[in-house]
Amino acid sequence: MAISPALAAPERLGFSGLYKSFGVRGLEFSDRVRALAGSEIALDGYMAPPLKAESNFFVLTAEPMALCPFCQSDADWPVDIVVVYLRRTVSLSDAGARIGVQGRLEIGSWTDPESGFVSQLRIVDARYAAR
Amino acid sequence: MKQASIGAATALVLMAFAHGAQAQTIYPINRAEILSGASFDFKVEFPGAPAADAVKITINGQDPAALFGKPGNFVRNEDGLDHSAYIIRGVKVTKPGAYTVEAKNGASAAKVGWEVFGNKTPKAAKNVILFIGDGLSIAHRTAARILSKGIVEGKYGGELAIDDMPYMALVSTAGTDSIVTDSANSMSAYTTGHKSCVNALGVYCARNKNTLDHPKVETLGEIAKRHGMAVGVVTNTEIEDATPAGMVAHTRRRADYNDIVRMFFDVKPDVIMGGGSPNFLAKSTPGSRRTDETDYIKAFEKDGYSFVSTAAEMKAASGKATKLLGLFNTGNVDGVLDRIQLKKGTVGRFPDQPDLTDQVRVSLDMLSKNRKGFVLMVESGRIDKYSHSLDAERAIYDTIMLDNAVRVARDFAKKRGDTMIVVVPDHAHPVSILGTYDDARGATPREKLGVYDEAGFPNYPVADANGYPPSVDVSRRLALNFGSYPDWCFNAKPYLDGENVPAVAGPERGKFVANEKYCTAPGAVRIEGNLPTTSNSGVHVGDDVLLTAMGPGAAKFRGRIDNTTVFRVIAEALALGAR
Repeated sequence: MAISPALAAPERLGFSGLYKSFGVRGLEFSDRVRALAGSEIALDGYMAPPLKAESNFFVLTAEPMALCPFCQSDADWPVDIVVVYLRRTVSLSDAGARIGVQGRLEIGSWTDPESGFVSQLRIVDARYAAR
Repeated sequence: MKQASIGAATALVLMAFAHGAQAQTIYPINRAEILSGASFDFKVEFPGAPAADAVKITINGQDPAALFGKPGNFVRNEDGLDHSAYIIRGVKVTKPGAYTVEAKNGASAAKVGWEVFGNKTPKAAKNVILFIGDGLSIAHRTAARILSKGIVEGKYGGELAIDDMPYMALVSTAGTDSIVTDSANSMSAYTTGHKSCVNALGVYCARNKNTLDHPKVETLGEIAKRHGMAVGVVTNTEIEDATPAGMVAHTRRRADYNDIVRMFFDVKPDVIMGGGSPNFLAKSTPGSRRTDETDYIKAFEKDGYSFVSTAAEMKAASGKATKLLGLFNTGNVDGVLDRIQLKKGTVGRFPDQPDLTDQVRVSLDMLSKNRKGFVLMVESGRIDKYSHSLDAERAIYDTIMLDNAVRVARDFAKKRGDTMIVVVPDHAHPVSILGTYDDARGATPREKLGVYDEAGFPNYPVADANGYPPSVDVSRRLALNFGSYPDWCFNAKPYLDGENVPAVAGPERGKFVANEKYCTAPGAVRIEGNLPTTSNSGVHVGDDVLLTAMGPGAAKFRGRIDNTTVFRVIAEALALGAR
């Protein structure tokens, strides 16, 4: 699923630049994330072990996940995860690997209707490629 | 002859199995020791769907509904499953003594015995401070003593506070389901006096589908509050984690963090401190882990709690606040090695997290104002977490922190004479001191390792006033080894760049592989795991653990005891039974 070079170069984000404050009362999106909401962005991270092998939905994390969250519970997720919705359902064979994701940035609370998974930061209409 | 006896034995085993598979199950279970006046759910599960009038239940020959003064409810095919249940929730027995519960279903009969125990008068202690060293095993204790006190010619330079106590007992930690326990199940034994199963808190593990419906037993936090005592729950893990949750929670699944926050709010311990703020935040707040819009920080504040999020705020609140909610990290509070020396983990994001000693000081100041006494639970929870992640130095430093916190409590108790202190692990880890790793001996762990006389003594610098050697990065280090591990890479060096992450999720769902990050380090060797590939870290073991105690009522800690006895000794010392 290679990212097409023909597309306009997306704005590149990094996990460390997603939030401007990170406190016990919650996280605050960085000004850049707020400005880029709705735009095409690229973000590198690690694909967490997915809920289903065939899916359009997975979680992107800053570091490789030591835990298999869907195997146990969502209690162990880091708070700065990004949820990725792919354009179509594919076989997610890259769990644990570093990948580059490109798609439209979406912010705000969203509960996945199928899994009940709540996310604040998403990349939708996304594609990914191994890094 | 030989063959005949084998045949007889087989027949016996089969009979027992057939009986077990068909018989009804009674909760509380056989040999339960129940505190008089403590609330519990009485439940009998029958296989299949017998008619209500086909089953007969008695307690000491009496109808349970009459004994408990509450009507029983018979549910056929409970939760749509192939069993039926007779249940009366929230009952209590006030009269101490032996109780026999019989449940018949046609020709099938089951029988259990309970002991209901009451108060010893006069009551021995006004307050109890219960310290949990999560996963604290003998080797952690020895290692903490070596690093903290030093050792010369085989003798230590001082005593740990956790060792220097008059009473000691060996505690067995097995649960209803297994010889190996987890922190939920084991804490539940300490806080309810009932054995339970892995992942369960304040409930028996019945067949209910919903994790919150399993038969409940009252917790120490609830019982103490019912008697008008103050309650403190203090940890350096997420406050929803199993050990602190054990003071208030009732769930079959310890991961029900959002429900556990609600249970904290329902029980309202006077002091609540730890990490784990995301489950207190409304779902619409970035960083929240809730699935509803309740802002529990606001709810606690509305209820009269002072909310603090740093050590400075905590200390400032201690003189003024009557109730305190302290949440110092989104995850676990960083371990002491990261906070005071290495500045790794999340210390950059949360630079002013409190030390467990300061949390204990503030808690004691606040809780000791209650005329009716208090129960304070304090957990040093990352001894366990760092042992899971095979990170010896961090586990040892958090053991030293536990010792410092116990010393604060001991100073408090010595002045008063009315406070029992119990220091107890909840389960063991397979850790052992194998010798020392000396960099001068070679590059790989095997080459560095000295055993017997070759081990000698490690060369950590003399510990500071708080018992911490100023550096762990020395040339001859303690070889605190882990007996269970996934596939991992190891070079016998301390993890100066952050907590060890030995294994990561592999390409195959639910299976873990060595974290390659460590495999290229100088001297690193690849070690094939001895655990199932589904394990991502070290595991707990079924070894007994060592309890130490002091103060009024603590003399009952002796010999070998079940973990449930810890609850009983505390409950008897505080006279928590029906009055």
